[in-house]
Amino acid sequence: MEANTANYAEPAAADRSVPAIHLEHITKRFGAVTANDDVSLTVYHGEILSILGENGSGKTTLMNMISGIYYPDHGKIFVDGEEVVIRSPKDAFRYKIGMIHQHFKLVDIFTATENIVLGLKEEGRFSLKRAAGRVRKICNRYGFDLDPNKKIYEMSVSEKQTVEIIKVLYRGADILILDEPTAVLTPQEAQKLFAVLRRMRDAGKAIIIITHKLHEVLSLSDQVTVLCKGRYAGTVNTAETNESQLTEMMVGRKVTLNIDRSEPKNPTDRLIVKGITCKNREGAELLHNVSFTARSGEILGIAGIAGSGQRELLEAIAGLQHVDGQILYLNPSTNQSDDLRDKTPEQIRELGVRLSFVPEDRLGMGLVGNMDIVDNIMLRSYKKGRSIFLERKAPKSLAEKIIRDLEVVTPSTATPVRRLSGGNVQKVLVGREIAAAPTVLMAAYPVRGLDINASFTIYNLLNRQKESGAAVIFVGEDLDVLIELCDRIMVISSGRISGIVDARTATKEQIGLMMTQNTAEGGESHGSRA
Amino acid sequence: MAAEPKQKGQIKEPLFHITKRDSIAWQKAWLIRIGAILFALVFSGIVSFLLTKENPLSIYATMLDGAFGTERRVWNLMQSLAMLLCVSVAVTPAFKMRFWNIGAEGQVLAGGLATAACMILFGNKLPSPLLLLVMLIVSIAAGAVWAVIPAFFRAHWQTNETLFTLMMNYIAIQLVSFFVYKWSVPKGSGQVGIINRATHAGWLPTLGKYEYLLNILIVLLVTVTMFVYLKYSKHGYEITVVGESENTARYIGIPVKKVIIRTMLISGAVCGIAGFLLVSGTDHTISRDTAGGRSFTAIMVSWLAKFNPIFMVLTSFLLAFLDKGASQVSTQLGLNKSFSDIITGIIIFFIIGCEFFIQYKVQFREKEAKAS
Repeated sequence: MEANTANYAEPAAADRSVPAIHLEHITKRFGAVTANDDVSLTVYHGEILSILGENGSGKTTLMNMISGIYYPDHGKIFVDGEEVVIRSPKDAFRYKIGMIHQHFKLVDIFTATENIVLGLKEEGRFSLKRAAGRVRKICNRYGFDLDPNKKIYEMSVSEKQTVEIIKVLYRGADILILDEPTAVLTPQEAQKLFAVLRRMRDAGKAIIIITHKLHEVLSLSDQVTVLCKGRYAGTVNTAETNESQLTEMMVGRKVTLNIDRSEPKNPTDRLIVKGITCKNREGAELLHNVSFTARSGEILGIAGIAGSGQRELLEAIAGLQHVDGQILYLNPSTNQSDDLRDKTPEQIRELGVRLSFVPEDRLGMGLVGNMDIVDNIMLRSYKKGRSIFLERKAPKSLAEKIIRDLEVVTPSTATPVRRLSGGNVQKVLVGREIAAAPTVLMAAYPVRGLDINASFTIYNLLNRQKESGAAVIFVGEDLDVLIELCDRIMVISSGRISGIVDARTATKEQIGLMMTQNTAEGGESHGSRA
Repeated sequence: MAAEPKQKGQIKEPLFHITKRDSIAWQKAWLIRIGAILFALVFSGIVSFLLTKENPLSIYATMLDGAFGTERRVWNLMQSLAMLLCVSVAVTPAFKMRFWNIGAEGQVLAGGLATAACMILFGNKLPSPLLLLVMLIVSIAAGAVWAVIPAFFRAHWQTNETLFTLMMNYIAIQLVSFFVYKWSVPKGSGQVGIINRATHAGWLPTLGKYEYLLNILIVLLVTVTMFVYLKYSKHGYEITVVGESENTARYIGIPVKKVIIRTMLISGAVCGIAGFLLVSGTDHTISRDTAGGRSFTAIMVSWLAKFNPIFMVLTSFLLAFLDKGASQVSTQLGLNKSFSDIITGIIIFFIIGCEFFIQYKVQFREKEAKAS
């Protein structure tokens, strides 16, 4: 059976003295932006290399050049000591390079095996049974938990990721590149993945993981290559380094990573959410009986795996999503309570509710990419006054103030926001939302894609809003940050609240367990019939 | 391309990359556009030489002559420019809102039909100023209604506006055919003929001796108003936001349905004005061809001008000039209309094609990388 399937046989003990991948002076530009500037790196078989760098430092671009998605402007790529040209993912596959992207590319209604063999040309008659057998073999070898006959839509995120990894192993990959593999996993799932990766390393595979999380680097990898703003900042042995050295290399200077958390000052109930339930078009429940209270002068964190209902929850409060239940707002100036449920954003504003919302999708919802900064600042206030014409003076001076106070880097106020970098886009958005002196401020993943500096600017802004008495709701993904920044953390899992914990005493593991508590289909069904 | 890359001496970069530009200096963008027009002239010169053996220079001279040769030709050019501009300005708010209104043809016809109906029914019953006012109002209403129907369905039930507005065109054309038959003079001829030829009732007055001047002035007024409306009014701002991102509009509390319906109402109303000007101020008759395909050219005019009504004066001038010039070439050289369409097509192809080079940059493989 194995005779005509040399591709799937395990590799002969790979030569560990010749680098599996060696990049030499790679440069890649996109227009005026240099994504990679003279970057070199080396990874051997039987080794895990981390590529560490902030968002936008060129990690993914660099890996995309190995996997054939981009082509470098300058520089050379060596595989197993030989110079190669990789023009397409097909070429990369020929050199036994497999990349697992951040966004999965799977067909939902197919089984794991069907997805894995999709697009492969096999000699002779194809047998799905035999393929499933091979998938099981790979699972056993590296310790994956996967039912080859399970359909993708029944899978949890971590199972889908497993399918993606097996897909490249099945194609005979010896060099694996994983782009931010833990971004969508709970801490427990991440540990499991790491165990598998270590086993693959011990079997002689060369593994590259892209990450910006320091503790992952330290616990998993053998070597770390650090990128800083597209430039090569150096390679160190993981055993000989520590968090502060890595941070310094990554940011380019010394930074202190402290979030000042003040005690909430006389917190009073501001927003009382009672039993809200939300269904999508197919009738599946996205939120089930969610109740909580957000208090003034406090940051309420929301933790959960991406897509557990966080977006629907915030959009329901902001008047963008129909739900059943009650969303009571206690107005501090009138001491009245209003139900915001099913009101439009306009009606909410007319009630005198100063509700600000920094949505997850900044350029698709919070801002208009093609409009300039002034016109974007104006979004919240353009209706003011009776005139049928726009008044651009006040928004312009507000824009200038935001640019000054938040140190937005931009050529002028007339620059379209899509030309700004991610951090500056976010500063414009957050600046606009807090300019209205909100009593409730909701922020969904406000530091996603931001560098360390910009992230801390945003944390400080949220803290200042808290101190000035706003009820802040912060949806985050980094549990370390949630624990450091928030006063209370509400954990959401499959649209249900698993509980609310005190951030000052909670641990990551505790929150991680709560994150998968209610998973009806995904979490419990790790049963391996293999 | 798919050669075995592992073989020695085969290590080559692809011949060129295409990358999207971040931004481009406006001078450079205009240089590319002017260059494209020059290329187009040279290329169309070569094509016409190959097809007709005429000296290309004399072909260009004929084009200029066709557009500007006599005072009458200049006025005709101005008139077609104005009518094209009017329809272009009319479709602009809809396109700026990313509402794919390809039904301007029908909206113009609806306006024209309303105008003609008023002229025939009330022609000799109402005093002239009142008649003109009634005609204007009714034609605006007709154009607006024709546009609002698809907008209403799109806003409330997400119907596809492209198909809907296209279908509305056919309905308008058939309605016009029906009334042309009903009103035809003499009966059964299938032509309405000049309406109120003797009394000129309902004809847009001529200012001095200039037949089309009032048309042109009205269109200019509409153009400037639209420019101000889109750029400086709150409505215009809402149109931009809805067009760029309906999500943002919802998030910020802009009533998206209302904006869609309101904007199409305005778009249709201006189409109605165009219909009014065509029937009352230009043709003094109505037929299926009254709109004359202008509304499709207008879509191009509007996009080329990046939805700026002032730039549309330039783009519609260019297209009107090409149309007049090329038809002169075909008559003077004894060719048919298709030849002028070929020349117009070539030039428009170059002008639109050059936008690619404004959006993207083509980088060729560098010499040094070759030597490996």
